[in-house]
Amino acid sequence: MAIGTLPATGAPARLPWRTRVRETLDRERVLGPLFITPALILILLLVAYPFCVALYFSVSNAFIGRPSHFIGLTNFIRLWDSDAFRQTFQNAFVFTGISIAFKLVLGISLALLLNQQLWFKRLIRGAVLLPWVIPTALSTLGWWWMFNSLYSVVNWTGIALGLMDPPGPNWLGQRYYAMTAVITVNIWRGLPFFAITILAGLVAIPKELYEAAQADGAGPWSRFWYVTLPMLKPVLAVVVLFSTIFTFSDFNIVYVLTHGGPINTTHLFATYSRMIGLESGRIGEGAAISLYLFPLLMFVVWAQLRFVRKQAY
Amino acid sequence: MSRRTLGTKVLMHVLLVPFLIFALFPFYHMLLTSLKQDRELYDRFAVPLAIKQGPTLEHYTKLLRETEFLTWTKNSLMVTVLATTASVIIGTVAAYALSRLKFRGVNSFGTGIFVTYLVPTSLLFLPLAQVINWIGLADSKWALVVTYPTFLVPFCTWLLMGYFRTVPKEVEECAMVDGATRIQALWRIVLPIAIPGLVCAVLFAFTLSWNEFIYALTFTSSSEQITASVGVTSELIRGDIYFWGELMAGAILGSVPIVILYVFFLDYYVSGLTAGAVK
Repeated sequence: MAIGTLPATGAPARLPWRTRVRETLDRERVLGPLFITPALILILLLVAYPFCVALYFSVSNAFIGRPSHFIGLTNFIRLWDSDAFRQTFQNAFVFTGISIAFKLVLGISLALLLNQQLWFKRLIRGAVLLPWVIPTALSTLGWWWMFNSLYSVVNWTGIALGLMDPPGPNWLGQRYYAMTAVITVNIWRGLPFFAITILAGLVAIPKELYEAAQADGAGPWSRFWYVTLPMLKPVLAVVVLFSTIFTFSDFNIVYVLTHGGPINTTHLFATYSRMIGLESGRIGEGAAISLYLFPLLMFVVWAQLRFVRKQAY
Repeated sequence: MSRRTLGTKVLMHVLLVPFLIFALFPFYHMLLTSLKQDRELYDRFAVPLAIKQGPTLEHYTKLLRETEFLTWTKNSLMVTVLATTASVIIGTVAAYALSRLKFRGVNSFGTGIFVTYLVPTSLLFLPLAQVINWIGLADSKWALVVTYPTFLVPFCTWLLMGYFRTVPKEVEECAMVDGATRIQALWRIVLPIAIPGLVCAVLFAFTLSWNEFIYALTFTSSSEQITASVGVTSELIRGDIYFWGELMAGAILGSVPIVILYVFFLDYYVSGLTAGAVK
């Protein structure tokens, strides 16, 4: 066949391949899937697949280095019957509930203060945000030292101010004190996120609303109660939902500060799951422990999708 | 300024003092401890709030000479730089697709990214450890390079989607009318406008992976592979004897890279933090 007859088959076939690639890539339904492929592969292989593995482990008697068998919901039931797990379950709610309540109240107060006319505004904001950017595992070491049984600077200060009787509590070795200590560190570390995000919400409230309220004779307290709080509601919802997940599933603080002790009174799902799953090798049970987090995660995702993303679009 | 408003202003600062002490005291105390001589450090009658018997760099030199601290820091840097680079690139293209392109499955993928963004690392570390074993990366820092993007990519995608939406569509369309392809428009028009967003994504990805602890603790264990956080928390604590001076020196030095970034890019941290939740 003579080469000269080719043009008759139509112009598109003659376009150089570069141009064809360019044109194909310009189509949204080609470029879109192409652009999300790397992220999709990553999520499928290293999030969705491990999640399925976790589901499988949780209904098996998997043990490090041994073949496993299907045992149904035995792990979940056995956990629910064990005192250590019930203690963990309770700890998680106490830890999350108290931490979030404090972070919310202190966060709103701090945000209101930061929203005032301040000298050294940038410097103050920088200082407030600092606990949030420093590696938690490392800053918790500092708290560990501050709560040390012999050299606690907290106790030294308490005694010096006459608030404590010498030698003061053994923070990390006594039941309720240990929980107080881990909650304190969690508040310390999470407060900046609350304060700075709520501050962004405060800045976005239109000034006219306050002027109108003032014209109607509203004092500072009722301006806060009837203007600020209702306007902040969406931001507060997001912050609380986010923080619920990350406080509930916290690992670093408890692991470094108390290792779950004394006698499991500060264990959270993540630390207990690691202890059972890795330190004692019962992977099946360990996976079941972390899966107890899942219903909460589902709830938060549902709430976020329903209340939060709706506003974004 | 009237006397009354000045009074209020001073009062606001006074009210801020307890918050500032709460935020900063732990760092002050860590720094102090790392600079104290052992003699003073373990003197139960000494005032712990100041250095009275002269500062020393002994704990720092011991940390650098007698432990693998520099190796751990190098590991942290390598893991962080690689994971951040990969995640920002993957996140950028995904965010562009999600915020600009129309194709089948775009909405469900967006929801998927958002859900992944909310999955805490402590939910998946056990099965991921098995996956890491199966692909032969057990006790290797490469396991961290591979797994950190699982939380960095959703974060970067989510953050950048917010920034891409602020770039007017018309700007891009103009370029395309002038003959640019979509990829050229993204590269030459959209990305330069979204640079603040990219800086934010890089900073946060860097911070998140530098600070990551549970994966590093679970997937690596030998002294040549672990990161700074894991090295300081596990290798410097042997038995029941704690070397508090070195421990605090390690905690301080391990935070230095983040503090440097933080000092230079404070405003990006503030805006990125709020973008994640408010946008």
